[in-house]
This record gives sequence, structure tokens and C-alpha cells, in this order.
Amino acid sequence: MVKSLLLALALLPGLAAPVVAQSAAPAASPPSPDMVKAIAEVTSADAAVQEAAAVALGKTGDRKILPLLEALREGSVYLRPLPGGKKATVIVGDKVSDGDKTLVPLFTPYGREPIAGPDGKPLLVELSTLEEVSSGRSLRIAIRPLIDAFSGQSDLVNLDPATRRAAATKMGNAGDPSVLPLLETALGKETDRWVRFALQDAVALIRLRTGTETEKVAAAEALGRVKSANGLERLREIGADPQSPPALAVASRSAVKQIERWGLLTQGIEIAFQGLSLSSILLLMALGLAIVFGLMGVINMAHGELMALGAYATFLMQGWFSAYFPDRFDYYFLAALPFSFLVSATVGFLLERGVIRFLYGRPLETLLLTWGISLMIQQGLRLWFGAANVDVTSPRWLSGGIPVMIGVQLPYNRLFIIGLATLCVAAMYLLLFRSDAGLRIRAVTQNRGMAACLGVRARWVDAGTFALGAGLAGLAGCAITQIGNVGPELGQNYIVDSFMVVVTGGVGKLLGSILAAIGIGGLNKIIEPGLGAVFGKVLILILVILFIQRRPSGLFAAKGRYAES
Amino acid sequence: MAEVSRRSFLKTAGAVGLGAAAGIGFPAVLRAQGGGAVKVGVLHSLSGTMAISEVSLRDVCMMAFDEINAKGGVMGKKIEPVVVDPASNWDLFAEKAKQLLLQDKVAVVFGCWTSVSRKSVLPVFENNNGLLFYPVQYEGEECSKNVFYTGATPNQQLIPAADYLMSKEGGAYKKFYLLGTDYVFPRTANKILRAFLLAKGIPADSIAEEYTPFNHQDYQTIVGKIKRFSSGGSAAVLSTINGDSNVPFYKEFSNQGLRSEQCPIMAFSVAEDELRGMDTSALVGHLAAWNYYQSVETPQNKKFVSAFKAYAKKSNLPGGDKRVTDDPMEAAYFGVHIWKQAAEKAKSFDVDAVRKAVYGQTFLAPGGQIKMDEANQHTYKPVLIGEILKDGQFKVVSRSKGLVKAEPWSQYTSPDKGCDWIKHQGTYQKNA
Repeated sequence: MVKSLLLALALLPGLAAPVVAQSAAPAASPPSPDMVKAIAEVTSADAAVQEAAAVALGKTGDRKILPLLEALREGSVYLRPLPGGKKATVIVGDKVSDGDKTLVPLFTPYGREPIAGPDGKPLLVELSTLEEVSSGRSLRIAIRPLIDAFSGQSDLVNLDPATRRAAATKMGNAGDPSVLPLLETALGKETDRWVRFALQDAVALIRLRTGTETEKVAAAEALGRVKSANGLERLREIGADPQSPPALAVASRSAVKQIERWGLLTQGIEIAFQGLSLSSILLLMALGLAIVFGLMGVINMAHGELMALGAYATFLMQGWFSAYFPDRFDYYFLAALPFSFLVSATVGFLLERGVIRFLYGRPLETLLLTWGISLMIQQGLRLWFGAANVDVTSPRWLSGGIPVMIGVQLPYNRLFIIGLATLCVAAMYLLLFRSDAGLRIRAVTQNRGMAACLGVRARWVDAGTFALGAGLAGLAGCAITQIGNVGPELGQNYIVDSFMVVVTGGVGKLLGSILAAIGIGGLNKIIEPGLGAVFGKVLILILVILFIQRRPSGLFAAKGRYAES
Repeated sequence: MAEVSRRSFLKTAGAVGLGAAAGIGFPAVLRAQGGGAVKVGVLHSLSGTMAISEVSLRDVCMMAFDEINAKGGVMGKKIEPVVVDPASNWDLFAEKAKQLLLQDKVAVVFGCWTSVSRKSVLPVFENNNGLLFYPVQYEGEECSKNVFYTGATPNQQLIPAADYLMSKEGGAYKKFYLLGTDYVFPRTANKILRAFLLAKGIPADSIAEEYTPFNHQDYQTIVGKIKRFSSGGSAAVLSTINGDSNVPFYKEFSNQGLRSEQCPIMAFSVAEDELRGMDTSALVGHLAAWNYYQSVETPQNKKFVSAFKAYAKKSNLPGGDKRVTDDPMEAAYFGVHIWKQAAEKAKSFDVDAVRKAVYGQTFLAPGGQIKMDEANQHTYKPVLIGEILKDGQFKVVSRSKGLVKAEPWSQYTSPDKGCDWIKHQGTYQKNA
């Protein structure tokens, strides 16, 4: 952050020297007479005069004229009658309602500075006393490239590297040679390697289109070096065109080969990452179910709703943070993780103690019961929070992604979920196989009677295990808020996938669930690019059905209480 | 499944017979009038998956009834709404429509959102000579004399949006990725868009088309494809993705490093009401095409928006005065008023008389003056392209010159068909 700030400061004077000079003494630098004339002319009723004036203003490159151009495009330029019959060009700001009247603050057309009233406060006038300046379609068409040029310039020195990259790529694709000096200055000062790649890419793209022949050859080679997907089409054309000079054609063809090979590599890496991401989500969703269904033999149809509770707990935590700690808002998600676990675990505990314990060994009744509970939770959420989805904002540190190689950017939210899933699996392993509590859980799972004889309080182990599974569902619900919607029907969307993973993996086996999640997630992402999302899903279901037919007890056959019954 | 549909077919057939008999026995005028009130039906899902969108339409219709009743009703008769809940279930839509027409004997029905629900009530309205005002943009290819379509046809939404993106002002895009949820509207919409783009000289390999299941959440692969498709610039996405899946799609889009400046998404199913439950940060700068936005600056819109907020607060609707208005709501609202004006012009609630009076009817709607077509049951509307802002509102960036005439049969997919109930009997063959 500090680095990029310094960088932007270093870049600013170089790129926008005239601007800095002007802004140093705002009051002392009135617009030139030509500009004053043009500012008056953009309000003309004659569209041709208006357009010419707007273009003339844009061509000055003076940043202080940008607000006027933007306002023209938005239609917020007005004429204000002055005493003495003259009219002044003004920009109006956001409207305020005062009873029936609509009031607007006024700004100067040059530099967009607030116009003060006689009392020194910003002037508010009634909108109906002003005369609107019409901006037709052709005027807006003429203005757009002018604004783009301004915004491209300022985006190149933006603090956010992603914005700088986007600006460079856009300029490169537009192919306007007049921005070359700008790009090269930026390249000289840029330190972020991904922005540098984008800048080099942009420079080479423009050169390839408009440069001399030697420049074109060098550009083709450069495009191959930065593995430019943006240049691929053009390079292919040049390489295939018999009219192109031989040196250029050869350079283009070899660049195409380089880019294509790189494309295959990045696509492979992308598929691997996407598969891993989907697997981790499936795993996180199924982990709680694997414990409740696998270890306890309870078919918990309310698993999805326990996830929904976790998601709504996240929503509540977000609300509290924005009400009480607005300046720490980005950390709400860290607090939401344990909170959602606790909420769902508490509900799970109460459910087990309240109703489920009376139905052990009666799977059909449990199924109906938990299904009923799921409907009640759903309707409760609907009554409490409304039928519409609620808005969970991603914290800034989970938005965007990290570029790892040219053409591949890994989203932070997905990386986070992969990490969280790994952590949960590790924690479950330690808990179940390396702790006293885990030993008791496994003992009760394998032989309840014997465990009870040996002094294990089987009932409390049951309640604790169910609460643990429910809490994991809540945690999954919390993580889901970062990639999907939060609404009362959230659970319904995930319950099928969760059961699919657990059943495929083999009931009662943690390892089975992990492998099944990886298998289903990975396979899905391998199939999807070719067949599309709809058929991909169908094919996965068919494969799972076939697999379950061959191996009814899943990847790993179950042992213990569930197998005995 | 087969059995169910057979049974419901028999039921429909029976009701149709009954309805026809009732139509002969009691003229519609007599059916509709009862004392000092006139019954009208509201047929929107209040529960199930579509409730998110349709409840707002019920609300805005009720507000319009209140407004009209406060000013003395229609020809001195108070409007008495009969609100039914078809629960997002299209079989139930037909049943409830039958109930409204035959049992409650309503003069007019305001309702439906999805195309499948409209298709399922269509035979009920046609066989019982009922009247339906349908307020949502749809895929066209329909021309029923028992329905007034106050939403947009493809040439009032899809085509101008694609045209805008191809124009210099819109960014002169040359490659298009058609992405939608897998059901009737996106499939037909994309068929029309593809025909339009091909007609405008876009080569077939610069058009990609893809569908996702309902409630799809994992857009990783598709966004990866769009990224490759849009490299080199000049590509845009035309999205008919259904409400719920939009959040994961836009989030993934921005997280993989794509931005609206490089590859804008033009959405046809995202309006203010859907944006209420969304984290809009990833959507800012992308586009949508509608005929109305809450942000439209007209005096009557200002009144409409504040009246709706006040109504929602007064009636204790969830959301209260945080509620927003959007395109289908505006269309539902002016539909009620058009019907009132037409009934007053016809001096009758008789369906045939009202229908004739609707033709050419104008109304100063919140978004500006609109006009009902003289013959094709649709509406002349303005087309507005909007850019999504941080607060879930839209900034209008382009506006059609005047009103655009509705083309129920797109000239790009069905150039030989037209819809006219004055000179022809509904859908007709041109040059035949």
C-alpha cells in the first residue's frame, strides 16, 4: 500500500505536469479566453457548434475541463440567468428535495468548484429556475473518447494496481498511437511486475498496428515474450497473410506458438484451481454431514438450514460491525466465523437434546422429523428477515484476486475457502484421532453399549457430536456468503450436493468424504468447459448413480453402529 | 408426471367447456358488475421462488387501486381486488385464473411474471374471454387478444441494447457472449439476439452462447471462458441470467480480474428490486436495458416513487420505505390506469368493449408518456440503457428517441409474421 502510494506520487508529476502547475494556484489560473469562449459555446442550441466546442475543450488536455465534459454526457449542465440578461454555464450537483421544490448546488464549469452564495455557504437554487442544456446522441458520441482519454491517463497512476493494469490493457486494445509516450513514461516508473507486463503488452500491441517494419517485428517478439492473449488474433492474421514481410510473418508465427502454448498451460492450471476450489466448497459443506450422518447415523435433512443459520449469523455480524465499529468493518468476517459456528452448534445441541435423541435407531422418523425442522427454520428465517435475499458484503481483503502468472488470477475468496476447508479437515482429524473426546466419539460410534459400560457418557457424546456437525454446517454457511446468495432457501441449494459427497465417499468415513469431494469437484470442472454447466451437472449425477450401483456403500465400506443396524 | 399432466389437461378441457357455456349464458357485462364495486383479480405468486419478484407487483397494483378508489373509483364503482396466490406453480396459475374468471367473475386480471405462467393461463383467458394485463418484458412471439402486454418486447429491450453496444457511443463492441439461465426467455432472447447480430455483420465465430441451470452458483469455468473470449478487447456479455445467480456471477467476474471497462455485462433481468438483496460493489459500471428506472427524472416519477415508499410504510410491507420501484412495477402500475381509462371511455366493463377502448390509449406513466398500440395488444415504450451505481440505482446513459413500437414477432427471427387485431385476426402472414 505504502509502496504504491509512493509510486503514484512519483508518477504524478511526470505525467500530469501541466495539471499540477494549475492546481497549485487554482484561483490564479483562470481559463484562457479561447476556453471561456468554448465553455460558452458548448451550451449552444446548434448541435454542430456544441460538438466542435466540446472537442476543442477535450483537445486542450486540461484536466479541469473534465468535469464539464462528464456533466455534458450526464446531462447536468445548465444555464443560469444572471441579472442583466446574461447567462452563465453551470454544473449542477446532486438534487435535494425541499417540500415540492428541488434544490441543486451549483459548480463552476472550469474546475468544478462550488459556487458560494452571498452568505458564503454553497449556493442552492431551485432547479426550475435553470435552463437545461441538451446533449444529443452525437454530442455524447463525440465526448466519450475525450473522457476516456482523461480517465485512461488518471487510471494509469491510480493507486490500485488492478486499475492501472485495466487502463493499460484498454489503451493497448484501442490501439491509438498518441498514447505511446504516456505508456512509456508509465512503464519507466512502474514497479509492479503485473502492471509492467500489461504496459509492455499495450505498447507492443500499438506498435504492431502502427509502427515501422522493424518496430513491428520487435513488437511481435515482445508480444510473444509477455504471452499476450490480447495480441493473439492480430498475430495470427499477420502470420497467415502472404502479404506480410517474411521477417514479421516468422516473428508472428513463433509468437503465436508461444502464446498458444502458454494458453494451454494457463487453462490447465485454471481447471486444476477451479476443481480444487469446488472440491473445497463441497468438502466444507459435507464435513458436518459426514459427522452427523456418518458417525451417528442420523439422516439430517436440516443440514442445509443449519448452513443457512450460519449465513444469517454472518449477516447479523456484518450489521453489528457497520453499526458499532464502522471503521473496522472489514474484520467483521473474522468475527463471523466463530459466531456462525456457535449459533449453528447451539441450535444443533438444542435439537439433539430436544427431539432427535428420542428417535435414535429409527432412521425414517428422524428423516421426517429433521425435514420438518428444516421447513420450520426456513419459514422462521423468512418471517424474521423477509423472503428476499439479504446482502452480505465481501470484506475488501476477500475481493479481487492475486495474479500468479500472466493470464491467471486466483480470487482471494476461493483461496480463503480452500484454506478454511483444509484447516477444518486438519482440526477434525486431530479432534477425532488425537484427542480424548475423539476417542469417546469413536468408541460410541463403534459400540455404544460397551462404551457406556466403560463409563463413557454416551448421551452427552451424542449431543456434543451433533453440535459439532451442526457447527461445521454453520461455518460452511459463513464461508458460502462469500461466493453465493444468502436467502431463506439457501439450504435447499446445497443439501443435495452434501448428501452426494457423503454417500459417494462411504458413510462413516471422513477420508471417503474428502476423496469424494475432490473427485466430484475435479470431475465437474474437467467436464464443464466442454459440455457446459447444464450437461456437466447431469453427467456428474449419472456418474454418481453408476458408481453407487457398483459400490452401494461408497468408496469405503462403513463399520460400526450404522453398519450393524 | 405424465398422469398428472393428463389429469390437468382433462380438468382444463372441462373448465373450458364450462367457461364457454358461462360465456354464452351470462354476458360479461353482467358478470363484472356487482353493486357499487367492480371486482378485479391480482394473480401474482406470493410464495415460492418467484415471490421475491412478484410480491412487489401485487403491492404496486394494490397501491394503484387505492389511488383510483380515493378519487372515486371507476365510473363511480370502487375497485374490489381479489388477490390469489398461485405459489410459483404454473399448474396452479391456470387453476387460480379459472377461479378468478368463473367464480369471482372479475372484470380484469393483473398478473403473471414468468413466461411459463403466462402460457399456462393463456388458454383460460382465451376460452373464457377474460382480460389479462401482463407487466413484464418477455420474449415475444405471442399475440393474444385477451392479453395486454405492458412490458417490453425484444425490439424494445434486447435489440436496442445490442445496438447500443455496437455503436460508437456504447464502445463499438464486436464480439458478444450470450449467457443465460436455461429456460424459455433466455433461449428465445438469444435466438433473436443471434439473428440480429448476424444480420448486422457480426461473424458467427464472434458470438458465443451458453446456459446455466437455475440457482447456478459456480461461475468459475464460464468466467474463465469469457476471459479468453474477451482478450483483445471489443467483447461484451449479453446476460439473461436469472436474478439469483447474478451475485455469484458478477463476483467471480470481478475476482478473476475482469472489469466493466474491458468487457461490460449488459443485463436484461437485473432491476432495482433484485439489486436490493445484493452486494452491488462487483456490479458497478455494468449495464442494463429497461424502459424505466427509479432514477428517471420526471415530476410524475418523483410522485410515484415517494407514493410507493409511503404506501409500503403505511401498509407495513417488509422493507418499508426502503422499498424501490423498477420497470415491471411501473408497467404493472400504468396497466391498472390504462384499464381504468379504457373502461371509462367504453362506459362498460365488458371485455370486448374495454379492449377496443384500450387501443391507442395514452397515459402519463412515471417514466414518461406511453401509448397502447392501435392493433397489436402491446405498448409503445421508451428504451433506456442504464449503468449500475453503488447504491443499486441506475444512471441512464442512453435513451431512445421517442417511443419505440412493439414488435411481438421479431423482424430478425420471424420476418414474415405480424400481429394485428384490427385488420387481421391476430397473428398473420405478411405478403401472403
